[in-house]
Parts: sequence; C-alpha cells; structure tokens
Amino acid sequence: MIAMLALAVVASVFSLVIPRVIQAVIDGPVVEGDTSGLWLLTAIIGALGLGEAFLVWLRRYIQAKVALGVEADLRRDIYRHVQRLHAGFHDRFQTGQLLSRATGDLGRIRRFAAWGMIFLVINIFTYLAVIAQLVQIYWPLGLVVAASAVPLFFLSRNFARGYITASRAEQDQQGEVANLAEETAQGIRVIKAFGRARHVTEKFDGGSAKLYDISINKVRMLSRSWAMFDAIPNLVLAAVLIGGALAVANDKMTIGELVAFVTLQLMLVWPIEALGWIIANGNEAMTAADRVYDVLDTEPAIVDRPGARDLPRAEAKGHLRFEGVRFAYDGTDKTVLDGLDLDVRPGETLAVAGVTGCGKTTMLSLAPRLYDVTAGRVLLDGHDVRDLTLESLRLNVATAFEDPTLFSMSVRENLTLGRQEATEADIEEALRVAQADFVYDLPWGLDTRIGEQGLSLSGGQRQRLALARAVIVKPAVLILDDPLSALDVHTEELVERALASVLAGTTALVAVHRPSTVALADRVALLEDGRIVAVGTHSELLESTPAYRAVLSAESDSVGAAA
Amino acid sequence: MSIDVQEKKASPVDKPVKDSHRWRGIAESEEADRTSAEQDDAASIKALRARGRNLLASLLRPHKRTLFWIIVLLLIQNGAGMAGPLLVKFGIDSGIPPIIDNKNYTILITVGVTFGVAILIEYLTKRAFLAMSGRVGQSLLLDLRARVFRQFQRLSIAFHERFTSGRVVARMTSDIDAIRELADGGLNDLVLSALSILTITGILLWMDPMLALVALLSFPVMAWLSNWFRVNSAIVYRSTRETIALVIVYFVESMGGVRAVQAYRRERRNQTIFDDLNEDNRARNVTGHRMSAFFAGGVKGIGNATTALVLAYGGYRVLHGQTDVGVLAAFVLYLRRFFDPMQELSMFYNTLQSANAAFEKLAGVLDEKPDVPEPVEPKPLTNPRGELRFDDVEFWYHKDKVVLPTFNLTIPAGQTVALVGATGAGKTTIAKLVSRFYDPSAGLVTLDGVSLRDVAEPDLRRAVAMVTQENFLFAGTIGENIAFGKPDATVREIEEAARAIGAHEFITGLPEGYDTDVRKRGGRLSAGQRQLVAFARAFLADPKVLILDEATSSLDIPSERLVQRALRTILADRTAIVIAHRLSTVEIADRVLVLEKGTIVEDGPPSTLIDGGGRYADLHAQWQDSLV
Repeated sequence: MIAMLALAVVASVFSLVIPRVIQAVIDGPVVEGDTSGLWLLTAIIGALGLGEAFLVWLRRYIQAKVALGVEADLRRDIYRHVQRLHAGFHDRFQTGQLLSRATGDLGRIRRFAAWGMIFLVINIFTYLAVIAQLVQIYWPLGLVVAASAVPLFFLSRNFARGYITASRAEQDQQGEVANLAEETAQGIRVIKAFGRARHVTEKFDGGSAKLYDISINKVRMLSRSWAMFDAIPNLVLAAVLIGGALAVANDKMTIGELVAFVTLQLMLVWPIEALGWIIANGNEAMTAADRVYDVLDTEPAIVDRPGARDLPRAEAKGHLRFEGVRFAYDGTDKTVLDGLDLDVRPGETLAVAGVTGCGKTTMLSLAPRLYDVTAGRVLLDGHDVRDLTLESLRLNVATAFEDPTLFSMSVRENLTLGRQEATEADIEEALRVAQADFVYDLPWGLDTRIGEQGLSLSGGQRQRLALARAVIVKPAVLILDDPLSALDVHTEELVERALASVLAGTTALVAVHRPSTVALADRVALLEDGRIVAVGTHSELLESTPAYRAVLSAESDSVGAAA
Repeated sequence: MSIDVQEKKASPVDKPVKDSHRWRGIAESEEADRTSAEQDDAASIKALRARGRNLLASLLRPHKRTLFWIIVLLLIQNGAGMAGPLLVKFGIDSGIPPIIDNKNYTILITVGVTFGVAILIEYLTKRAFLAMSGRVGQSLLLDLRARVFRQFQRLSIAFHERFTSGRVVARMTSDIDAIRELADGGLNDLVLSALSILTITGILLWMDPMLALVALLSFPVMAWLSNWFRVNSAIVYRSTRETIALVIVYFVESMGGVRAVQAYRRERRNQTIFDDLNEDNRARNVTGHRMSAFFAGGVKGIGNATTALVLAYGGYRVLHGQTDVGVLAAFVLYLRRFFDPMQELSMFYNTLQSANAAFEKLAGVLDEKPDVPEPVEPKPLTNPRGELRFDDVEFWYHKDKVVLPTFNLTIPAGQTVALVGATGAGKTTIAKLVSRFYDPSAGLVTLDGVSLRDVAEPDLRRAVAMVTQENFLFAGTIGENIAFGKPDATVREIEEAARAIGAHEFITGLPEGYDTDVRKRGGRLSAGQRQLVAFARAFLADPKVLILDEATSSLDIPSERLVQRALRTILADRTAIVIAHRLSTVEIADRVLVLEKGTIVEDGPPSTLIDGGGRYADLHAQWQDSLV
C-alpha cells in the first residue's frame, strides 16, 4: 500500500517536472535558436515521460494485487464470520442481503482502495506541488489559484453530507432486490405450480423501481455537484489568463513563464474535477464498509465459553440430559419449551412425540447447540453442553434434519459432510444402513453432482442420504428429526432393521410422527406444552396417556381413514 | 464398487474435473454451468458478443430521443470545454501585444468574457448531461433487471434444476452490478473522451498540419495497444464472471444450509473450498487488472513520447520560422488534453470490459429458449371439467434412460387417483407432466381434450395446482403465504382456507396470528406446519385439478387426520392425483394405480385391489403391520 502511494507520488513528480522542462525548451533553445539544446532537452522530456509511464505501470501492477487482495480477504472474512454466526442470526438475515455485502459492497471498497484513495493522495500532493510552483513562478497569481480551495471545501462538504445518506439507501435497496431475486429463484417450483409469475414479478418490479428512484436521486445530486467541480478550475484558469496577460504586458512575467503557469495550472483541472468522483467513491466505500461491519461486528451468540473443555469422542458415553430447559426464540416472549426435563441414558433410543409445532425440532436443536437454552441446561455426560467446545460437542452429537439439505456437490462430499476422513467402507456401511445404495447407480456413482443441480432426487432419496450423513459420523448421540417421514413402508422397515444395529451402541433422540417410527425406540417421551409429560414404552403410553393416544394411535389413524 | 462405476462412466466427460474442484462432482448435464448460448468455440463466442451488443442496442432503443439530446449536449459541452486552451492561445498571441503596444485591453476583455460564457455553458450542459445520461443509465438497469427476471420466470423447471438458484442470483446481482458500475461513472467519460480526442485531432490539424501529423504518429501504436487489450481482457473478464458466479453459488448454498453446516462442523472444509473459489476469482481479476496496468502504462508512455517528439519537431519548426511560439505552446496544451482522456479511458476500460462480459452472460440467459414454451395461439380453457388424458405419452431426460415408455391413461373429471410405486416408477414424472413443469418427449397430455401445450399459462394454472413435499414459504406473513394461491383473496377467504385444512388453530396460536412474519419474530414453523400452510394455499387456489405430491409426509397423525377429512370434501368435485407412500392418504382415492418402471401394473379401486392379492394388497398388508 505504501509502495503504491510512493510510486504514485514519484510518478506525479515526473509529470510535474515535465512542464518545467517544456518551459525551459520554449524559453531557452526555441527563443535563443539553440538546436543542440533543443535536442538535449526534448530527449530529457522523452526519458522522463517513459520513466513516468514505467512508474504508472508498476504502481497499477502492484495495485491490482493489493486492491483485489483487500476484496478477496474481506470476502473470506465475511464468509468465515457468517458461518460462525448462530442460527438466530440467519433466521433474521436473508441471504440476498448477506450476498450483496460480500459482492457489491466489497466491490465499492475495492474501488476506493484501488482508485479513490490513491487519487486522493496523488491529487492533494499534485495540488500542493502545483500551487508551490505557481507561487514560485508568480506569487500573486499563485495565490489566486490557491484561493480556489475555499469554495471547493464548502462544495465538497455539502456534497458529501447528502451523498452518504443516498449511498447507504441505495446499497440497502440493492440488498433487498438481491433478496427478492434469491427468494424467487429458490421458490421457483411453487411459483410455477401456482402460476404466480406475474405476482412475484410485480413484487420484484416494486423493489426494482424503488431502487431506481433512490439511484435517480443520487444521479441528481451527482449532476449538480460534479458540474460545479468542473466549473471551478476553469473559472480560475480564466482569471489566470487575464491576470497573466496583464502581468506579461507589465513585464512581471515572461511569455514562457505564462505558458508554464497555464500548463501547470491545467494539471489541476483533472485533480479538481476528480474530487467529485473521489468523494462519491469514498462515501460509497464508507457506507459499504458500514454494511459489511454491521455483519462482521455481530458477535456469534453461540461460541466456546472461556475454559470450555474438549470431550474426546472416545470418552463420550452419550448420556444426554435436559434439566429445567426453557426456550423462547429471540425477540419473542412466547416460550416454546417451558421447564423441560428428560434423561436419555447412554445407548438408549428415545423417541419424542407430540403434536405438530409443539417444539420437538426446537428441543432437538438444543443438544448440538444450534440454539442455546434460555434457562436451564442440557448436559452431555454430566457436562453442560455450553462448557464443551463446539467442535467436540458437534463431533459427538450428529443430527439428521427433517429437511434434508443437500448441497450442489458430489454425493461423496454430501455424505462426508461431518467426517471428511470417512473411508470407502464407512460410506458403504452408512449407505447400507440408510438403504441409500441407489447412489451407486447414479451416472457417476459417488462422484455424481446432486443437490439443487444435476439429478433431482425424490424426497425419500434425499432423506435417506441425510440419514446416511448422520450415521457416517458415528457420533455418541444421534439426533434424528422425523428421519423416515418420506419413506414408503417397505423402505422404512428395511431402514429400521439396519438402523437397529447402529442404534444398539449409540444414544439416539428421535422425533417421531408415526407409530412405525416409534418401533425404533426403547422408550417414548410425550412433549406437550413445552414439557415432557410422560415417558414410557409405546404400549405403556398408549394405555396410560390419552394425549399420547391422540398423537400416535394407529387405531385412530385407521378410524380417520375409514370415516 | 463405486470406483468401478466411476472409471466406467468417467470417460464420456471430456472436461476433466480439476482436482481442487473434485468436491463439486460431475454434473449430469454438461450444460450445468451455463446457458446453451455460451459455448467455447470461436463462432459461439462471436455470436454471443453480437448478442451482447444487440441486447445493449435494444435496451437503448427506447431512449433514442434522449440519446440524441445527450449527444447534442455533449457536443456543446465538448466545444465549450475545448474553448479554454484556444482562448489561452488567443489571449497570449493576440491579447498581450496590443496591451504592450498601446494599452488596448479590448481583445483581452473579449477573451475574458468569452471564457466566462464558455464556462457557464459548460456548467449547464454538463449538469444536464449528467442528469440525463444518469437517468438513461438507471432506466436501462431497471429495464434489464425486469427483462432478466421475467426470462427466469419464463424458463422451465428443467432449466432451473440444472442452472441452480445461486447462479440465477449471480446473474441478477453481480452481472447487473458490473453494468451498473459502467453506468455510474465510466460511460460518460468514455464518450466524452472519445469526442474530445476527435475534436482535438481536428484542431491540431487546423493549427499546423505538419506538426499534427507527427502527433498522429501515435495513433497506429495506440490502436494496436488497445486492440491487444480489448481482445485479451475480454477472455479474462468473461472468466471472472464465471468464477464470481461460482463464489456466489457457494455462498448462497452455504447460507441456505447453514444449520447443516454448523451441525456437521463443516465450517473449516467450507472455508477451504470457498477460499479456493474466491482465490480463483481474485487471480483472474488480477490478470485482468494487470493487463489494464500494462495498457495504462503503454498509453502514458506513447503520450509522453509523442509530446517529446512534437516538442522537438515543433521547436525545430519555430527555429526555422515555420510556426509561432504560441502555436507550439497551444499544441503542447492540447496534447495533454489529447492523452489525458486516453488515460481515463484506460482506467474505465476494464470496467467496460467487465460490463461487456456481463452483457454477454445476460444475453445468454435472455436467449435461452424455454423448454416449455407458451403456445403461440392458445386454445381457451373456460370452465374446465378436469378430464385428464395421457395419449401415447413417452418421457425421458436422456434417450437412453426412458422414464415413461408409451403411457396411456384417462382420468375422468372429478376422480381422485392415487399413484403408488417405488422410487423411480414415474409417479412424480406424471405429476410434473400434468402441471406442465415438463412437456412429454412424445405423445400428448390433454385437459378436457385440449393439449397442455396449447393452453395459456394463466388458464393452466387456474385449472391445475400442485402441492409438493417442498413447502417453500416466501418472506412475509403467514396470511400472505396462504394468499399466494389467490393474491386477491380477502382476509376471510384466507381464514376459511386455513380452517378447512386444520391450520387455523396453530396460526392463531402464533404471536401475531395471520400477520406473523414467517422468518422473523418467532415465526419459525415446523415442517408439518409449513405443509399445512402449503395445503391452505392450494385450497385457496381452488383448482379443478389438484396434484398432491408427497404432500402429507411431514404431518403428524392428528393433522393428517384433519387434512384427510378436509380432502374428502375438497376433492369431491375435483380431479386429483395423489402421490403418497402413506397408504392412509391413498385410501381416500377412488382409484389406485400401481406403477412400475413407468408402466401401470395394477389399476382399480383400493378395496378391489386389496382383495385382488396383487402388489397393492401386499403393500397394504405391510402397512397394516406397521401400525403397531
């Protein structure tokens, strides 16, 4: 960065010296008729010129690396940071807004680092150097030129003040438009299924039109100020011409000096004109940086506590315990879990049942600390999960989510998400347990790209992959959120049979909706009103608890179907 | 085993997977990363460039009149701006002697006043020019955004499945940003610079043709240099568009699946991959910027060398009385004005090239033909009854892997048909054909005797709605999400739909009821709840044909019971296709079709099939057993 600025300054010294030599050419050899002097001096000008060109190239060569490095590094930092941010943050922040920060805003910062900042320094330096020379050539006119700084200062201040608000508004709205674009891309199937293209298009057009209005407002501000920034150096030039002519007429200056004066002063036109651009550029970079730091300054709510300890996988027994757990989502006072107690013994498979929306998924996400409890605690082998390092906790607790998220990557990469080093045999075993051998029949086997892109898999296939992904980790505690909901009865039975061997040595917490899935479990707990109201075997609960019957009774199921 | 498969199948792909990109896997379609217009051969690139230019031209067309005025303004502004050095020359050559000779100030005063007027004109025209061109630029962006968005809406599901949402977002944001950057600042300067270079050439020729010819010696060199830059940087900037798209795709997917990322401690591996993509993008950008560094240095060097030459030759001419000192001085001043804009041009040239590449990408998108096109002459579909027919329908994604071989089926209006069969039997394909996500590869799918290919989109969507296992909710309230099925629905209609489907209870239990934002403030819904919202949405849409594709998989038993009860009423007067692996849902059907490899192997009312001892009977028995 400093090298860049130094090069820039040296290059501008070169370009400042050249007019002086030109003056020397005109006043010396040309006026005196000295041919060899003419050749010599023009050779010097040529050499200086090529030197300047070399420096320009060198500076921009370095600058490319520096500015683009700043952009790439910040993007890396944003990505690293948002990956660490807790689920609650991601619930609030839509991807489009995050993305616009990691692309558009960083571009603005890069442009300032590459151009705005350099020009600011070069221009200030040029301004001072030129003024110094002007004063030296003929001080009264030099001071006139210097005085142009006063209106420039006020103009810049007013411009910057209004522009910064407009710039922030524009960037925020760009993020909104990105949100809309992202959302409609994700929901394209629903949009198509209901033929709502026009509806979403109207919504998008609305966001886009708002962006247009904000940008037009910005354009108006720019046109007013930039035209003014252009006029000032020209006004000064006119004043210099008149004053200079008078001075030459009165023998205060030579013609050569006047030419040099004007030439030098013309060097100020671009730096002053550019000031408008630099201010705009700088302000945009500033608001962009604000937006980036809005995200970077958000502290991850779920981090390792000081003194958090590692729980090596080999030591973990998988004793999971919920003690007086309360939970409410950020910004709500509605408690989802309200004094929940539950003990899952090592090696046991416990199913959690309850009506839709009773908090099963929430409860399950507390064990790997995707969310933290509002009150109470969750213990793994007697340690509060918050006293364990996230790394070791999540190594011991693996989750198969209800929505099987697959990424646009190879099957292998998707499967080994939680365990890079899994061997071919591990993969094969996990696929067998999850009855997901179909992946071997894909066009390129485990190397086939799946996810959103490429082959579309059925819901059942995706769910089986998500299950295999959890199994492959060989965790102490396996969390399965309604893992078999999309499977047909036949496959479900096969998976259950294969899963039984895995579950024999693993603690498992399984959210269930169907009696058939309950078959996996040693015991079942009923979640109601944020608490565990009953624990027992399936048949015990069917007998003793009417609420349980309502939720999971096969009989009422077939009654419903037969009605 | 997997390795065998890999070796066997890897050969047809001639583009080797870069080792660091191994994680991406091999896409089924080679076109996965681009639109069909974007190919690597020279002819396609040329065609794409032409498309990019055509796109720009068509975007500018509506602004023809404004553009005319912009050019007029530019000419005036350029003229006024050029007056400066000319006035300096005139002031020095003709203004000073009369003052020295006889204290005659008239010429100098005239010069001063003219200068003042020129500045005022320049200010006014510049201001108007900036405002007008800014407006054109923003309208162009508005238009472009709208066009690209509409095109993505028009393109079929098949396109979206291979293109991925992340890449759609990249086109809609980063590419348009690249163009915005140009509209923001670059374009004005580009045009102005080009203009002033032309004018100055004229003035130089007029002042001293011989000297001007020396200055013009720089032209061929300059032309060669810019041509080199244009050709080579185009390649680089095209690749930066692609590498940034990959960065964006990865970013969007990581954020979308952040729960899985965190739960599986995927952060580090993700970071490695992301850094790699990010670095790839940076490296390409650096190459581009270095080219432009060479270009800028070259322009500067040529400019300075030319100035030295002109000075030498001009000085020589003055010495031999062939020209005036004033002319030489003015020449030097003009040369500065001549090369400075070129310097600016070199600064914005990479912005221009980057925007060019973005134009090409967007032109590629706009050029993509929808696989499922709108009919040119749609046949009206008024008051559809809902009779569906498959006439000799065949369907395949790839010719060597036929999903549906000659398939015939008639579903009378009002019948509820359940499709049963293993994964890959073709159930979802049938649903996608009826909802026209795809068109059949051969044969016809008709609704009330009208081929779906001939039905206008709005008519089709009014008649056919689909609920899938993927229950996407849009940002907004629950009420709005239900109303997605019928945007003009009243609050009462929304509530009735929710009630009918059994979703009203849980919705009213949310912090703000129907006004609860589904993303913010505690509106997190479980998969089952989202499915209920999706049901309510479909119910509100009130279609004649309803397709339920695994639409009840996440519901618990009480909800499913409610939904089933509701379905009995809802489906009474509708044609319905139900795909479910839960036979409890299947039992509401009038007719069950058991599919195997795209063929119907059993067809009949559920009760008959259960007694018939076939596959369905087996499945039913298995299901009965599972209800422990």
